[in-house]
Amino acid sequence: MKKLSVFQVATKSLLRKKARSLLTVLGIAMAAWVLVSLFGFNRGYEASLNKDIDNLGFQMLIVAKGCPYEAATLMLKGGTGLKYMDESIAASVAAEPEVEGVTPMLMQVVFDPNKGESGGLAAFLGVDPASFPKLKSALPFKAGGWFSEPEAAAAVFGYEVAELEQREVGDLYLIPEKEVEVKVVGILERTGTQDDGTIFLPLRTVQKVFGVKELTSIGIKVNKNADMKAFEDKLYKLPDVQVVSLSQVKTTIMTLVSTARVMVFSIALIAILIAMMGVVNTVLMSVMERRQEIGILKSMGALAGDVFKLIWLETVILCAGGGLVGTGLALVTARLTDVLVRNLLPYSPSGGLVAIDAGLVLMTLGVVTAIGLASGVYPSWKAARMRPLDTIRGEVES
Amino acid sequence: MSAPAAYSIEAEHLRRIYHRGPEEIAAVDDISLRIEKGSFTSIVGPSGSGKTTLINVLGCLDNPTSGKLKLEGRVVFENGRGLSEAKLTRVRRDVFGYIFQKFYLVSTLTVLENVVLPFTFFRKPGAGEDVPRVLKLLGIDKRIDHLPGQLSGGEMQRVAIARALVNKPDILLADEPTGNLDTARSEEIGRILQELNVREGLTVILVTHNPRLAALAQRTIELRDGRIHAA
Repeated sequence: MKKLSVFQVATKSLLRKKARSLLTVLGIAMAAWVLVSLFGFNRGYEASLNKDIDNLGFQMLIVAKGCPYEAATLMLKGGTGLKYMDESIAASVAAEPEVEGVTPMLMQVVFDPNKGESGGLAAFLGVDPASFPKLKSALPFKAGGWFSEPEAAAAVFGYEVAELEQREVGDLYLIPEKEVEVKVVGILERTGTQDDGTIFLPLRTVQKVFGVKELTSIGIKVNKNADMKAFEDKLYKLPDVQVVSLSQVKTTIMTLVSTARVMVFSIALIAILIAMMGVVNTVLMSVMERRQEIGILKSMGALAGDVFKLIWLETVILCAGGGLVGTGLALVTARLTDVLVRNLLPYSPSGGLVAIDAGLVLMTLGVVTAIGLASGVYPSWKAARMRPLDTIRGEVES
Repeated sequence: MSAPAAYSIEAEHLRRIYHRGPEEIAAVDDISLRIEKGSFTSIVGPSGSGKTTLINVLGCLDNPTSGKLKLEGRVVFENGRGLSEAKLTRVRRDVFGYIFQKFYLVSTLTVLENVVLPFTFFRKPGAGEDVPRVLKLLGIDKRIDHLPGQLSGGEMQRVAIARALVNKPDILLADEPTGNLDTARSEEIGRILQELNVREGLTVILVTHNPRLAALAQRTIELRDGRIHAA
């Protein structure tokens, strides 16, 4: 005759008070849901933010001294105000061990009388076809792609400038004042950055068309493990250049993220403690209600350890069940959570804000099972030490 | 190798004292008795006479305060020293099967699952093979898939008896097993206990208020104020 396993007895015992068991499972599920969603958000936000920063292509920009911000110079002085640096600087920077990649750039601005109602500035950025697309690999194209020839008469339009000029891939564009025609080979998607208003041309083409042999800036991508501050200090030693670093921006945002992480841990901890109290209460109530049954189990041969194991297992089943439901809910509602959080935050990165992976699911299940193990100790111990005679008589102290 | 004991239970000067505030109550007061193997004994007496306390002490559900108690020739209590709860549990599962006034069936387990529930914690060698026969003997073999809520009171008590028997106990202790049943069902349970004693050779000790049930036993012990009044 096949015997019932302790697991079967525990499961069937829990089914006796279905509503109570279900509510307890839901309580744990909520805690697990909060845990998975919060940690998923923490991971997702950090990963997306890092990706956004990495997608900028380079973390540092060196410009000629006296020209810390291109935009300000352009606005105040037009093309004439631009300062230049020697092209050889790019090669010497690229030789530094901290550098993963460099891309030389030459910015030129001309007045375009056909721009807007009374004309406006047209910004041309000469970029190296070999290095720039690699560093800015995340730039999305609406149509076409990058030029590949160093001196091609080709252009890639930022989203806004393409809209303004009403250009499509294959159209020709006449560079104002220079009377040189270039062919539009690519149009970028909107990025929300200054790239939207820029016309990209090959570096050599810009140098040739505008008669300039130098550079206005060099974009630098630094190795992930490099000491940014030390490298920044090293770059300052180069003559006549100024360093604009994104490391400070990144550090500030990551500090904010770390602060948020502490808050997330606190909230998760509170959710876990509340769930634990709920489980202890439920199981203890169940033990007190079933004391006569526990007495009978002991009279039929169950040792204190057997009773402890039975009640402990019931607690673990409740918690593991809640953990499964909670992680399932978190997975199903991840997209909804993403949308809600995105609406609440003043700034959110472009990638997924909630990242739930197998590791996080397993960690959560491990945590809730550990909660079950911890929560079950007291009720199980209480049940295990009941004497059968007292329980059958109903005299056990509660 | 020692010869098998002639008595299932041997008690000498057993006392069980309870304290209610400063008052000392002797629920079992200097009782000596011997229960022969394979006998059917009923214990009767008015309420508060100590019947249940005596059967609990004899059945190792409770330690006596003093006296000596031997089960199957083995001393389990002497000179004020009793067994630990773990040892008492081991004695209980080796020797006794218990039936109570309440059936204490698990409502979410079927009849069969309730009957084999003791095996989850302890199983005597070869005990499982006997289950179909026990179910048939008690007339519940056709209801094994039913839940307790689908059974009558008499059927539930028969399930409780089957549960007490599956581990092949030497002694069956029944404390007011018909207290919740009508006359017809009470007599049915009485007949079953008698049959278990006669056909299976089981030692049966029955505590009851019911004189008709008590009359089924070969020997009746009458208690009054914790002492044996007539035996």
